[in-house]
Amino acid sequence: MSVVDRQEWDVVVVGAGGAGLRAAIEARERGARTAVICKSLFGKAHTVMAEGGIAAAMANANEHDNWQVHFRDTMRGGKFLNQWRMAELHAQEAPDRVWELETWGALFDRTKDGRISQRNFGGHEYPRLAHVGDRTGLELIRTLQQKIVALQQEDFKETGDYESRLKVFQECTVTRVLKDTASEGGSAAGRVSGVFAYERETGRFFVLEAPAVVIATGGIGKSFKVTSNSWEYTGDGHALALLAGAPLLNMEFVQFHPTGMVWPPSVKGILVTESVRGDGGVLRNSEGKRFMFDYIPDVFKEKYAESEEEADRWYEDPENNRRPPELLPRDEVARAINAEVKAGRGSPHGGVFLDVSTRMPAEVIRRRLPSMYHQFKELADVDITAEAMEVGPTCHYVMGGIAVDSDTAAARGVPGLFAAGEVAGGMHGSNRLGGNSLSDLLVFGRRAGWHAAEYAQGVTYQRPPVDDAQVNAAAAEALRPFSAEADREGEAGPPENPYTLHQELQQTMNDLVGIIRREGEMEQALRKLAELRVRARRAGVEGHRQFNPGWHLALDLRNMLLVSECVARAALERTESRGGHTREDHPTMDRKWRNVNLLCTLADPTGGLAATDSGRGQIRLARESTAPIRPDLLALFEKEELVKYLAEEELYE
Amino acid sequence: MSSYEARFKVWRGDEQGGGLEDFTVEVNDGEVVLDIVHRLQATQAPDLAVRWNCKAGKCGSCSAEINGRPRLMCMTRMSVFDRAETITVTPLRTFPVIRDLVTDVGFNYRKAREVPAFVPPAGLGAGEYRMMQEDVDRSQEFRKCIECFLCQDTCHVVRDHEENKTAFAGPRFLMRIAELDMHPLDAAAETGLDRGRTAQDEHGLGYCNITKCCTEVCPEGIKITDNALIPMKERAVDRKYDPLVWLGSKIRRRSS
Ligand SMILES: Cc1cc2nc3c(=O)[nH]c(=O)nc-3n(C[C@H](O)[C@H](O)[C@H](O)COP(=O)(O)OP(=O)(O)OC[C@H]3O[C@@H](n4cnc5c(N)ncnc54)[C@H](O)[C@@H]3O)c2cc1C
Ligand code: SF4
Ligand code: SF4
Ligand code: FES
Repeated sequence: MSVVDRQEWDVVVVGAGGAGLRAAIEARERGARTAVICKSLFGKAHTVMAEGGIAAAMANANEHDNWQVHFRDTMRGGKFLNQWRMAELHAQEAPDRVWELETWGALFDRTKDGRISQRNFGGHEYPRLAHVGDRTGLELIRTLQQKIVALQQEDFKETGDYESRLKVFQECTVTRVLKDTASEGGSAAGRVSGVFAYERETGRFFVLEAPAVVIATGGIGKSFKVTSNSWEYTGDGHALALLAGAPLLNMEFVQFHPTGMVWPPSVKGILVTESVRGDGGVLRNSEGKRFMFDYIPDVFKEKYAESEEEADRWYEDPENNRRPPELLPRDEVARAINAEVKAGRGSPHGGVFLDVSTRMPAEVIRRRLPSMYHQFKELADVDITAEAMEVGPTCHYVMGGIAVDSDTAAARGVPGLFAAGEVAGGMHGSNRLGGNSLSDLLVFGRRAGWHAAEYAQGVTYQRPPVDDAQVNAAAAEALRPFSAEADREGEAGPPENPYTLHQELQQTMNDLVGIIRREGEMEQALRKLAELRVRARRAGVEGHRQFNPGWHLALDLRNMLLVSECVARAALERTESRGGHTREDHPTMDRKWRNVNLLCTLADPTGGLAATDSGRGQIRLARESTAPIRPDLLALFEKEELVKYLAEEELYE
Repeated sequence: MSSYEARFKVWRGDEQGGGLEDFTVEVNDGEVVLDIVHRLQATQAPDLAVRWNCKAGKCGSCSAEINGRPRLMCMTRMSVFDRAETITVTPLRTFPVIRDLVTDVGFNYRKAREVPAFVPPAGLGAGEYRMMQEDVDRSQEFRKCIECFLCQDTCHVVRDHEENKTAFAGPRFLMRIAELDMHPLDAAAETGLDRGRTAQDEHGLGYCNITKCCTEVCPEGIKITDNALIPMKERAVDRKYDPLVWLGSKIRRRSS
């Protein structure tokens, strides 16, 4: 379609959060002309919300810390399902990525000797999270944003144009990754050739032609009702990759953060940072009991305090005491809270109490946790220096994601496609440790930008052509909601309100594929998703294409439905409980599942997206065995610990 | 839980023009203005344009004017209003409207580009930076900025004076200069860049007459005027006693 504007770039990065911006910086610094596309304004991506910190074994707070310890913690947190090579690279490179931020102007909180201060967080053996109060994500994104501006200033000096080598297309949404179709010259079909997008402001379509595309679109939380995630988290990147033919890995693992706000209803789900617990906050039930002591699982028994006295001593003397169980990995704490509430020992609004007011002086709270103080004061009329907060689990993060090569961040099966950040799978296994996401964004954002630039430079003389038919199909797909009322064959029924569909989807995922899962409920969820899929075909919108949120949501529904089906199907398949996947009907971790990855692919790659039969659906599942963990990495653990996770045959290889 | 029906007036339109539209809408306990705007979208005006992201006062997307006062919609609780009061929501006045509550804030991104970036100190590698907490405190205060641009919107220098926009960076970006100027390791001076002076000469610090309106609307409570703008102004005044500097800036002003 010639009316669609086209531009040529070397690398297109979809997403301007930590991962996308770090990828763009790297690609541009390696000489690739780089475009970044994001749905919000530049500097507002989800990363801005990260609070607690960024994990890196810099050993500023405890000299014993090193990458091996960080690697170990990450693997334990993920219950050994992590793509271990990613966990290794992550632990090794995170310190350099944090220090590099300082050279771009970041100002972290300091230790007494002027180095970057590091705080405690769940699952991390030593204080490891570099932070700025509780607004670390803001510091991270602003620093990357300002680094991008710095590069643009350099380009301006040289070329007279700020955007000659690095341009941000803000408030634009990508709806399709385009691919090369088999060309007569015999060039390989199926390579990435660009992206199709619309501008939110005008509704105009455009195509960015590029041989390499980095997906860095973040997570999927907006498919759940109670979530800490923003409207952007509709799983776009996951869906874009699926539709382009790339598999998604282990989508059943969704992290429910133990502490979200529970009241008032309009803020339900908003995050209460884990630093509250890292800095001394404790969890109590309605009887005033610190219940976490009752929920320490066997695999962690040796590592956590058995009494309140020991736990309290740990803050001052971590060498001789074990850590408080409030700092267990998130999945454990979330399940414990869930169980307390179920047992009738919850707080008035269905959560439990998180208290710092009795643990620290008011001015320390205000200094260490300024935005939490602010958030509760402003949104709930609660003064956290005087009373306990009420908290409960909230959908927070997706461990599953695009299956990638550990070293290059290349998506499997689609040449030219790369993925980094929350949208990529593998790194965190079945459960992510706090602080490990921000470091993941930088480590793998950089790697994705680097390899995308390299790949693009390798194909400069043979850029994959953009196929007009695909562009036309993408335009027609995007316009569909405007003609929903028109009578279409076999799709009788009234137009549907996209907001209503979205609410039903969120309720379904929340209730049926939420924190505790059961076979029958997940089957019910799949049936409901099939119904919603059909109704979503009739999602109609009013008005025109200019900044029309109803239209945007109608388009996002495709992605949320695809991703939700992946989560539900994979969750139904995995008959054990591990990390962010808890089955009431299979309550224990099963060593036989330790080395099993579940891969989701599109059932019908030609795009039959409305399969009405819930049994067939749109997603196919496949199992694969993970690569055996390298012996020198296994040797970092005690045998007694490995026995709890690994199957016999894995142990004696 | 108590709920009630509130009366709202919301500006709807685009660059061609528009006006206030009346709505009656349900309000529940604990809700904020953004919740009400979302309810309007879901039930009465599906194409009502509004920006938002975090709904927790962290991203600075949802800026608008509520009863004429620049505020974040997600941090404005309905309980601060009288139930009988009609609540008026309009887009930021200083920036051109795109549609409904969404304005073109490109001005701010252009100004951001005009401030020269942090200059890393020569001879210090990554990992070798040492800075004391008390030396980073001041710049850290300014780095709390969530770029909601409410201060830019409220500042009278540009609010009704389109003509000043070229010469004036606005409080947010003057503060950015102060932040870099106070950064303990910024090496701009070594490269011949006097940040304080450029604030005055190139970014329009002189237009500011310290009314503090910017400080009043800042949702992060940053003392923009007292801690960023006034110290820079004082330094600019100090420089005037140096006849050479004074002469230098005079000449430059005339030629531009
Ligand atoms: C409240 C909260 C607190 C957190 N605290 C921490 C913490 O302390 N430490 C930590 O390590 N992690 C934390 N996390 C997790 C972490 O912040 C996220 O996992 C991380 O920021 C994700 O970054 P990203 O770069 O992958 O994506 P994002 O920052 O979410 O960016 C995604 C980008 O993709 C764009 N995009 C999406 N879809 C499209 C599309 N179709 N077309 C174009 N652009 C698109 C978006 O506009 C956005 O720019 C927290 C998360 C939340 C919600
Ligand atoms: S103090 Fe200066 S910058 Fe702030 S609003 Fe007043 S004139 Fe504008
Ligand atoms: S200084 Fe305050 S008011 Fe101005 S943009 Fe930043 S946060 Fe907003
Ligand atoms: S939505 Fe982020 S500040 Fe209001």
